[in-house]
Parts: sequence; C-alpha cells; structure tokens
Amino acid sequence: MLELSGRTALVTGASGDIGRAIARALHRNGASVALSGTRKDKLGALAGELRDNVHVLPCDLADPNAVEQLVPAAEAAMGRLDILVNNAGLTRDNLALRMKDEEWDLVIAVNLTAGFRLARAALKGMVKRRFGRIIGITSIVGVVGNPGQSNYAASKAGMIGMCKSLAAEVATRNVTVNCVAPGVIESAMTAALDERQRSELLARVPMGRLGTPEDVAAAVVYLASPAAAYVTGQSLHVNGGMAMI
Amino acid sequence: MSDVAERVKKIVIEHLGVDADKVTDDANFIEDLGADSLDTVELVMAFEEEFGVEIPDDAAESIVTVGDAIRFLDKATAS
Repeated sequence: MLELSGRTALVTGASGDIGRAIARALHRNGASVALSGTRKDKLGALAGELRDNVHVLPCDLADPNAVEQLVPAAEAAMGRLDILVNNAGLTRDNLALRMKDEEWDLVIAVNLTAGFRLARAALKGMVKRRFGRIIGITSIVGVVGNPGQSNYAASKAGMIGMCKSLAAEVATRNVTVNCVAPGVIESAMTAALDERQRSELLARVPMGRLGTPEDVAAAVVYLASPAAAYVTGQSLHVNGGMAMI
Repeated sequence: MSDVAERVKKIVIEHLGVDADKVTDDANFIEDLGADSLDTVELVMAFEEEFGVEIPDDAAESIVTVGDAIRFLDKATAS
C-alpha cells in the first residue's frame, strides 16, 4: 500500500535534513526523485547515495524565474511529475517589533509563494493525467504560533490554507493536496541547544523525544501512496503529541 | 467549417470525451457538454496552447459555448 514504483517525485529543499530523509524514503519505496535545493554539493552527495532514478535540479526558490523553470525541468528529466513535495523553507526569526520588511518578505516568498508557483505548474500536468499528489511540509508553528516567528508562522499557516483550497479545486481529478506538520525535529538547530533548553523542550513533548527527519518522511510516503487515495485537504501532525489538533 | 472551428471542436471532443455531433456552435460547455468549472479552465488553456494566444480571464468568462470560442479565436488569430 506504500508502493511508489513508477511514480516520479520532486522534493524541494532536498539538501536539508528533512528533505533528504523525504527523498530517501520516496526513493526506497520505488519512486524516481528529482532533488532540488541550493546546496549543490549536498544534492550531489545524496544523488550519489541513491544512485539510480535520481536527478539533481538546483534551484533558488527566492528567484521567481528559477521557480517557474523547476517543474518543467523535473517533467523533462522524469517524463512527468506525479508527486510534488514542497519542503523547502527558511527562517528569519525576529520579534515583530524588530522585524524588517526584508525578513518578512523573504520568508513568505520562499516558504509560501514559491510553493504556490510550483503547485500551479505541477497541477497542469496532474489535472490532465488525472493523478497527482502535492504535499506541503508546514509546521506546528503555523497552527499554534511561536514568538519571534510571525513571518514563518504566517507562511506555514498560509500553506495549510492554500493546500485546502487547492485540494477542493482538483479533487475531482484524483489529485490530492495535503500537508505534513512536524513538531520539533532533531536538526543542527536543536543540536545547538544546551542541556537545560533541551530538557525544557522535551517536557512539552508527551512522547519524551524529539522527532526525526524519518518520522516526517514516513508521513510524506503515506500521503504520496495509494493508501492515502481518499485523504485530501488534511494536515498530518507529526509531533509526538506536542500539540493535539 | 473553418480551420479554427475544426481545431476547436477537436479539442472539445477530445477533452470532454463527447460525441462529435453534440459539439455544435451553440452547445454550452457546462449545460450541454457536461463540463465542470475546471474543464472550462482546461479548455481555455488547451485553446491557448493550440493557437498560441493568450485568453484573458474576462474573455475566458464570456466563452460559454463552442461558437463563442470559435469566434474569439477567429478574431485573435486573424490579427
């Protein structure tokens, strides 16, 4: 039921920890994957590890022209695009009183607007072929908020609303649009926390551990798979019980 | 039948999977040919691709029958 062989997937932000885990998991389940991101060395290393049925398509999502070309490039490389994973995202944290317009604009542009443009481009072929899976990686922060992240929270909440609207628009065409909302995931950022910060954070997670990129990737595989054929417009929260929504 | 009419009808028949004899000039995409709103958008995009023209949203909204599409595209490709 989680079989993806013959399917083609584009993963943005594949040079990051979560994107890499998503690409690996889709590939392990049989999909061809196109890896996008800004760090070419990391994309190349991942492609080397996956070896076959993998394509490297570097793209700076802050550049609108590059965004427009990404889906056509993925379709050219793999023949068509069945699964789009809008995973790329960045943060420019600041308290609202100190937040610069540039910090707001960049986060919205990369996390939300680029995701919309990619979805719009991918939907053309998906609607025509009567199959598609669009999966947005949002965040618990988009639902519960977080001080210092008004821009990031807005972009992630925006993604959830966008996915629901897209899901309603294309449901009759057998195209599903869903989100995965991770809680706190082990990353370079959480590795930098000191012992006290770490234990305070863990106290808020009923499962008593941080999530792993693989926990997130498993949810993406499910939503991309035939098992989730009747699931659309949903946000799947992967947060160890940190927020029960 | 003009070349434009022929190409338009071919796209409509293929996209909506309807019989050729139903695709008359006064056939309404939604009421007579069973199109939904997404079909009409897809048809407009297919016309744009086939004829290499851009159909603005306000013009697209006024294209409700096969004849509307033929007349619009006749004019758009003539200029």
